[in-house]
Amino acid sequence: MKYLSIAAAALLSATPALAQESSDPIKLTLHDWSGQLVTTTIMGEVLKEAGYNIEYVQADYIAQFAGLKTGDLHVAMEIWETTGREAMDEAFATGNVVNLGETGMMAIEEWWYPKYMEERCPGLPNWEALKDCADAFSTAETAPFGRYLGGPVTWGGFDEERVEALGLDFEVIHAGTDAALFAELEAAYQRQDPIMLWIYSPHWAPAKYEGSFVEFPPYSPECYDDPSVGLNPDAAYDCGKPTGPIWKVAWAGLADKWPNAAKTIENFNIDNAAMGAMVAEVDLNGKSVDETVAEWMAANTDTWSSWIVK
Amino acid sequence: MRRLAKSGYVFWIALFAITWALSTFSFALYKALDARWIIRFPKQWQLELDGKISTFLDWLVESAGFYFFSFRDLTRAIAAVIEAPYQFFRNLLIEGFSSGIGETATQILPSLSWIAVIVCVTAIGRYARNWKLAGLVGACFLYLAVFGQWESAMITLASILIAVPIGVVGGGFLGIAAYRFEWVNRALRPILDLMQTVPVFAYLVPILILFGFGPVAALVATVIYAMPPMVRITIISLQSVPDELLEAGRMAGCTQRQIMWKVLVPSATPTLMVGVNQVIMLSLNMVIIASMIGAGGLGFDVLASLRRLDIGGGIEAGLAIVVMAIALDRASQAFAERKYQAALTGNFFQRHPLAVSALLVVLGTSALGVVIPAIQTYPDSWSVTTGPFWTDAMKWVNINFFDAFEAIKVVILQWLLLPVKGFFSGIPWAWGIIAMGLIGWRVGGWTLGLMAVLMMAFIAASGLWAKAMVTIYLCGVSVFIATVIGIPLGIWAAEKPRAGKIILGFMDTLQTLPSFVYLIPVIMLFRVGDFSAMIAVVLYALAPAVRYAAHGLREVPEQIIEAGLMAGCTPRQILRRIKLPLATPHLLLGLNQTTMLALSMLVITALVGTRDLGQEVYIALTKANAGAGIVAGLSVAFIAIIADRVVNALAEKQRKRLGL
Repeated sequence: MKYLSIAAAALLSATPALAQESSDPIKLTLHDWSGQLVTTTIMGEVLKEAGYNIEYVQADYIAQFAGLKTGDLHVAMEIWETTGREAMDEAFATGNVVNLGETGMMAIEEWWYPKYMEERCPGLPNWEALKDCADAFSTAETAPFGRYLGGPVTWGGFDEERVEALGLDFEVIHAGTDAALFAELEAAYQRQDPIMLWIYSPHWAPAKYEGSFVEFPPYSPECYDDPSVGLNPDAAYDCGKPTGPIWKVAWAGLADKWPNAAKTIENFNIDNAAMGAMVAEVDLNGKSVDETVAEWMAANTDTWSSWIVK
Repeated sequence: MRRLAKSGYVFWIALFAITWALSTFSFALYKALDARWIIRFPKQWQLELDGKISTFLDWLVESAGFYFFSFRDLTRAIAAVIEAPYQFFRNLLIEGFSSGIGETATQILPSLSWIAVIVCVTAIGRYARNWKLAGLVGACFLYLAVFGQWESAMITLASILIAVPIGVVGGGFLGIAAYRFEWVNRALRPILDLMQTVPVFAYLVPILILFGFGPVAALVATVIYAMPPMVRITIISLQSVPDELLEAGRMAGCTQRQIMWKVLVPSATPTLMVGVNQVIMLSLNMVIIASMIGAGGLGFDVLASLRRLDIGGGIEAGLAIVVMAIALDRASQAFAERKYQAALTGNFFQRHPLAVSALLVVLGTSALGVVIPAIQTYPDSWSVTTGPFWTDAMKWVNINFFDAFEAIKVVILQWLLLPVKGFFSGIPWAWGIIAMGLIGWRVGGWTLGLMAVLMMAFIAASGLWAKAMVTIYLCGVSVFIATVIGIPLGIWAAEKPRAGKIILGFMDTLQTLPSFVYLIPVIMLFRVGDFSAMIAVVLYALAPAVRYAAHGLREVPEQIIEAGLMAGCTPRQILRRIKLPLATPHLLLGLNQTTMLALSMLVITALVGTRDLGQEVYIALTKANAGAGIVAGLSVAFIAIIADRVVNALAEKQRKRLGL
């Protein structure tokens, strides 16, 4: 199909509207979580409206950087400050990958517990309540310590340090993937069993399960860097986790090949609330991504048409 | 004889006692002597190979070149050659042929309709054997349509249709080369070992860089993983062609080439088809990992459903892979056993009734499909889903049986997992290397011993000793449990053919069902931890233990059992005194395969959250650190190779003792 189409494009000498820009498809990456699918589909549909050809490619979140560096892939719509920093820095350093700015969404990650735990550990969401009721979160393997299920080791997060610095009686267990994280949450929630775990937003979990984030002392860069700052004068990390933007990242050649498309992508902006509503439509109400995006596009024509650069 | 056996026991007991003592007191020893090197490999001696490998790969990708083109141009050219037929199959099966790009595209030809594909595979089934097989294959594909998996399944099928021929032809030629030239055989053997034992995650990043992101890279990874059995089976099957046949060929004045293609290959064909079958199965095993790097299809559906915790969706997509495996497996086996049939006479239509009628259906449905969409694409409203059932069943089990599971888990953790973990992680690295060498030497002579020492030293020198010990512990415990469960199941399957059919069928399903599908329910019931990892490994590695035990018992010669009966043995005595000892080599081979599968599965269980070499490989992948991934992958491979050689040597010894 590709070869035929290139031949056809040559014969028809491309569509006039895009005379100066390439008519090759712009390749956007799709990952395996709905929020990202929604973001990417919105971007793809908007670019289609602007007259570009679009191809969606399914790719692994981190492995995709290999493709972005070589130009096999062109745009990744959601790289989270919180989980993708290292990969991004490494890719930017090669000069083959560039940052197209924030998506407008903010990543929040923190310790999270289901609502029914508030009865068993009164005083939540204030973190100081955890000092007295760590045993309410314990399991056979960790007793008398509470069990805190952290994200994959690669996510970092400094939870061991946080537990130590704040003097919490918790043992940190690392899940291997986030599917494992949410599998445990789902199971515990069904049984109304105690659980404390790492959750991030925007995600469907905070919408599906009732519960809240623990309120730790607010994050500041000094708290992470300087032991003397914060509650514990001898230890760093005695505060909550930072929040961070979700970035748009692209192959460096994008702006040369499709200059206006690159600007259009830079203009893309959407907030947590709008995204959260769409993710809930998809994951909880069983609508398809395309349907949800089409509805959003119909209701927000002004928003997305203002992104387009002709 | 008896004295020998006795001294053998003394050796093993002494080895275990020393290891146990060192393991228990290593920490105290380090404190007493203030010698930290006892438990930690000294940093200044570390190899730091990962950095070198990464640099080499960068060089290979960025600047390595021949006179006119770079190395990457070469791999990209290969990628383009693979991509063209792949795209053709995709267009044929699902996307349709069109010209123009994106919105402006106009369709020239539609893809095959779902009815046409089902009719074609049914005709192939009939051609390969009989109507019964045709019905089975047709029903399998109908399942894909009815359960709404059609589109993904066709994408997966397109990649299988490319990966399998490449694997089969490439593997076949390598096998022939190894048969003809001894040096090829020698050079190939370690490479094959590595291809089969280095976890796929370890070489995914270099492949992505070289072959570009997308289905082609996934196809290359699939071929690397699925080809080795084809090579091995080709060599074995050519070697086992009777000498008389060769002799006859030479007497008839055949050239080398004629002997190969007119004598050797035709007479080895039935065995070669076993290789084809293996390639198909392993390619389907790769579907999930391939989908992580852009292959899409059923693998992607499994991953995406589990990401949403849609267990039912995951199971349905997973079962679709199983169903496809069944169809392809049965059809390929039927081709292997296909007997020569007299050619039909008459005109073209009379000679090829199947091909002609299939063609008619293809043309007919394509024409009708333009008018009636339901004929072209299976309508969504007709599809059935069992998703809610699985989700509810899981919830019911979780709420009602969790406490029972928890109790069992705590007992096994305390009495088995934790002590074994303590034992292995306490072993000082220096003694670990020596002990491995001693085991190798004892079982397979000094070459094996030396190899074991070098490989273990490599692991220690890469700074992965502690992770390797966790790997050995998890793998060891899982293999032990799989054997304890698997061998009795195998015996049962062999003694009671009817039960056997069900058991072996179940084992096939467990092996082709992507492990991700049961990983998530296992986590829901057993939480993140070593225990969940162990359950997943046992489920995956159980099959060979059962299969080889059943096969070994059935292979016991009839006469010997007869003799036992005559001597007045009870059925129980026959089993214990005759069948089991004679089946030991097979049982050991089963153990060997179980170990291999357990090790390959450990890489997947990294996703649960174990802290072993598998996790190391996975972390390297997520950080795109190719060097670290390859070093950790090699460490896994070395453990696998040592285990393989030791168990094989044991099996060989036993076989000699029994005079088989």
